[in-house]
Amino acid sequence: MIEAIGLTKRYGNTVAVDNLSFTVAPGRVTGFLGPNGAGKSTTMRMILGLDRPTSGKVLIDGKPYTQLDRPLRTVGALLDAKWVHPNRSARAHLDWLAKSNGLPGKRVDEVLDLVGLTKVAKRRAGGFSLGMSQRLGIAGALLGDPKVLLFDEPVNGLDPEGILWIRQFMQGLAAEGRTVLVSSHLLSEMALTASDLVVIGRGKLISQSTTTEFVERSTENAVRVRSPHADKLGAMLVDKGFTVREGEDGALTVTGATSDQVGDIAASAGVVLHELSPQRGSLEEAFMQLTGDSVEYHAAETGK
Amino acid sequence: MTLLAVERIKLFTTRSPWWCMVLALGLSIGFTAIIAANSTEGAMPVVASAFTHQFGLMVIMVMAALAITTEYRFGTIKATFQAVPDRISPLVAKGVVVALLSAVVGLLVGFGSWGLSWLIVSDRSQLALESANDWRHVLGVSLVFAAGSLLALGVGTLVRQTAGAVSIILVFALLVENLVTLIPKIGDDIQKWLPFTVANKFVLGEADSSGLPEGAGPPVPGELSPWGSLAYFTAIALAFFVVSLVVAKRRDA
Ligand SMILES: Nc1ncnc2c1ncn2[C@@H]1O[C@H](COP(=O)(O)OP(=O)(O)OP(=O)(O)O)[C@@H](O)[C@H]1O
Ligand SMILES: [Mg+2]
Repeated sequence: MIEAIGLTKRYGNTVAVDNLSFTVAPGRVTGFLGPNGAGKSTTMRMILGLDRPTSGKVLIDGKPYTQLDRPLRTVGALLDAKWVHPNRSARAHLDWLAKSNGLPGKRVDEVLDLVGLTKVAKRRAGGFSLGMSQRLGIAGALLGDPKVLLFDEPVNGLDPEGILWIRQFMQGLAAEGRTVLVSSHLLSEMALTASDLVVIGRGKLISQSTTTEFVERSTENAVRVRSPHADKLGAMLVDKGFTVREGEDGALTVTGATSDQVGDIAASAGVVLHELSPQRGSLEEAFMQLTGDSVEYHAAETGK
Repeated sequence: MTLLAVERIKLFTTRSPWWCMVLALGLSIGFTAIIAANSTEGAMPVVASAFTHQFGLMVIMVMAALAITTEYRFGTIKATFQAVPDRISPLVAKGVVVALLSAVVGLLVGFGSWGLSWLIVSDRSQLALESANDWRHVLGVSLVFAAGSLLALGVGTLVRQTAGAVSIILVFALLVENLVTLIPKIGDDIQKWLPFTVANKFVLGEADSSGLPEGAGPPVPGELSPWGSLAYFTAIALAFFVVSLVVAKRRDA
């Protein structure tokens, strides 16, 4: 169980994490979702005691990380697969990690086997492909057989096979009763992996719920509308306080409105509609809307 | 103890320490061999076999700085602090391992330089290790290497970048400490208290052999006795190391 309480981190003038509180329960994969720069990595570094919170705290089973005895036995983490000396062999990298927490050399063989790196264990880590580096990082996280696991964007840059492997791996870890926190900036990925979601934007908590709840709640009121006068309609909808985004095909996605409302507004201005359909909107759209990262349809841009 | 083993694994499973050790030995002993081969005017004194230890010292300090700056460069310092969150104990363990290794290299440099001179020179009358001062010229190299490595480790931890740390160390030791004498009036007095000048005094100072003509070899300024000089240099090195521990503990990894 991970518990963040009023966690805040400021770097100079940047507020990377802003009064963030959430809990991560054991036995499930919890997605930690936010767009680039939302503060996911910063939060994870604070969980591991690497960065000092400006205020607030984060506890692991009731204790700050820095008070854990031989912490690799409690918390395993993969924040960055590149945190390995490139000239050191995979085996040597795991050897020193294991030794530092009093773990036997036998355990190094086990985790190498678990992630499928036994054959290349003697090769220098600098020559590994991204997928292999990621596996080495996961091996390091698993060394102490920890009950809490943190992964920062573990599937970034992996091929579909690698993504599937990691996804199933994390679900397997959660099924064993472990606490698993995985960050990502892709809701579609998290929808497949995580059963709970902690969503943040610009350092602040946006929501904490199950993935299903989040998806349903955030896609309720989206309407897709196509019109030859999309510019005019878009501007009017923005004036009424709705959020409007223009898709690649020229269609508008209106959030916060029902199809009735959009239809009425269009009719009142005599705007012709070619399509008007309520959406179980795409996950990414819902996510972008919630995190405030969407490219909003500004009235000023419609006058062209 | 386990942390010493951890730092030992880390140090010896990368290549740069090996290169640095070979280079330190090669430079110091190699140049001593040249001095010995050229010492045709009178007998070569013991102290002359230690003149070149400063080359080795520079390389050993680069090795020590690299031991920590590469950890910052490649992020393994984060893995280290994640594994041992109190931060002080792994850094102290690294200090112990690096200082011991440097002491061993210093021992090899000291005895290697002296031994090779013994083999090369024709007149060995001044080269026997007879007095306490003779032993200091040979064994002192080891102590200065150990202290110097802690100083470099401290600077490396503070600066966190290889290029920065190495240039600070080398520019200070090789340029600043020599050029400071250009300052009118007070230059010489300042120099006497700068760390590497003082360390030099410990290894080379108060030689009691008369084999060299007056004024030959590097000058050895300094106010303190040789052993006082070592204490002074070690205190400075420890001060840097301790400050670096405090800073590393406080700041974000
Ligand atoms: N060490 C640092 N010094 C200064 N600013 C930082 C530092 N680390 C992060 N930031 C800033 O804090 C904010 C949050 O960054 P963070 O890396 O935590 O985001 P993230 O959610 O992990 O993003 P991404 O999806 O791109 O990995 C960003 O604005 C970033 O520029
Ligand atoms: Mg990140």
